[in-house]
Amino acid sequence: MMMSAQAYGDKGKMKEYHYTGPVEHKFSPYAFNGGTVLAVAGEDFALVASDTRLSEGYSIHSRDSPKCYKLTDTTVIGCSGFHGDCLTLTKIIEARLKMYKHSNNKNMTSGAIAAMLSTILYGRRFFPYYVYNIIGGLDEEGRGAVYSFDPVGSYQRDTYKAGGSASAMLQPLLDNQIGFKNMENVEQVPLSLEKAVQLVKDVFISAAERDVYTGDALKICIITKEGVREEIVPLRKD
Amino acid sequence: LLHNLPQGFSFENTRRNAVLEANLSEKGYSAPNARKTGTTIAGLIFKDGVILGADTRATDDMVVADKNCMKIHYISLSETFFTLPGVAADADVTTQMMSSNVELHSLSTGRPPLVAMVTRQLKQMLFRYQGHIGSSLIVGGVDVNGPQLYSIYPHGSYDKLPFLTMGSGAASAISVFEDRYKPNMELEEAKQLVRDAITAGIFCDLGSGSNVDLCVITDKTVDYLRGYDQPVQKGMRGGTYRYKPGTTAVLTKTVTPLPLDVVDESVQVMDTE
Repeated sequence: MMMSAQAYGDKGKMKEYHYTGPVEHKFSPYAFNGGTVLAVAGEDFALVASDTRLSEGYSIHSRDSPKCYKLTDTTVIGCSGFHGDCLTLTKIIEARLKMYKHSNNKNMTSGAIAAMLSTILYGRRFFPYYVYNIIGGLDEEGRGAVYSFDPVGSYQRDTYKAGGSASAMLQPLLDNQIGFKNMENVEQVPLSLEKAVQLVKDVFISAAERDVYTGDALKICIITKEGVREEIVPLRKD
Repeated sequence: LLHNLPQGFSFENTRRNAVLEANLSEKGYSAPNARKTGTTIAGLIFKDGVILGADTRATDDMVVADKNCMKIHYISLSETFFTLPGVAADADVTTQMMSSNVELHSLSTGRPPLVAMVTRQLKQMLFRYQGHIGSSLIVGGVDVNGPQLYSIYPHGSYDKLPFLTMGSGAASAISVFEDRYKPNMELEEAKQLVRDAITAGIFCDLGSGSNVDLCVITDKTVDYLRGYDQPVQKGMRGGTYRYKPGTTAVLTKTVTPLPLDVVDESVQVMDTE
């Protein structure tokens, strides 16, 4: 009684309901290691936050594997997705940063790093880095800047952005609390550093409740003209 | 006429479902998945009876759907309980079926139900459905033959053992049992061991989480300890996220008065734990 839907002329994404013959299993060069990253830009500061859990399948590889990497005194990058590609990509970025410093005798600005990352990612257009990147830092005028990327290099400057496994849970809340979306009669005060840090902690606490890949601890990198400061907050471990 | 009726599942709707799924994915949607519970459940036999334990997380793929669901279900008035990971809907239906079958069987034989009888009925049903009912379970209870513990898999096989674990967190839990299980343990030591095994699953398995539920079954009593332990600290949010009245935009407002009389009033308390 079990029949394939191909009998009805449908092609493509059809599921076979009976076994026809040998099934080929391919080696996948990618793995999904979970993790969530978030960046917020303020008037004179930027925040880049990530959880520290590294998972695969139903297991946890590490409870202390942060996804924020400091690039310069004014820029931090958050990378989530396939951890192997995150490590390789950050190595490449750090090497390119050094090369630029030696040729041009100055550090790369946030905007320049973002533009460079876009070309690095597109260079692997046909075998992409499975990484969701978000850069947070200060621009040349000292104002907060966030640049968000897709795995093949498309990017734009944002005020705030969430990426990684719980991004769909965090982004709407940020749209409401920072972007004041879907609200009327609300005074649109610019975000202060203290409020932004509290908001980031609260959204990660909520994400850890419902996303199995997010948890263990939260690391926040706070970027101001004084430099980069870190804060670590525990999250649910289950 | 009865011989021509098809047995087991009818697969007529597979064609319709496949067409629907194709249509949906053209528009970019996917068909809803049956909710699996990913889980850690465990059971062991101690001096006076059986202890069953379970975590309380139900997941929808990798998102938590229920932070405090009940996985230990009760079959018969006297002794037997079972715990179920696997597809949530299958678990509910299986429990209801078994509960009524056990009652009928025990009325028909005139004897209190045996754990082995529950196991045999369950495995015969699961085998008949050839694994399409995705519940794997642990059945534990005390009857005239003493305390017994069985595990049953979706295709219908079963094992009778002094300690068992199942679900996605089974590996984490069994390692705790293999280290510390002894035959004829005292009640408190046995409860602590089951709690520790489930806790290992809660922390080390992404499909399990939240609280530990225990059920202690002896020949005289059944103790359902819901929320026996809460090993996880829930994060406390610092900011307030309340909205003032008037924050939500009102686009249109239509008032239709309904002339109604209050006939009956009753209060039902919600389980908000």
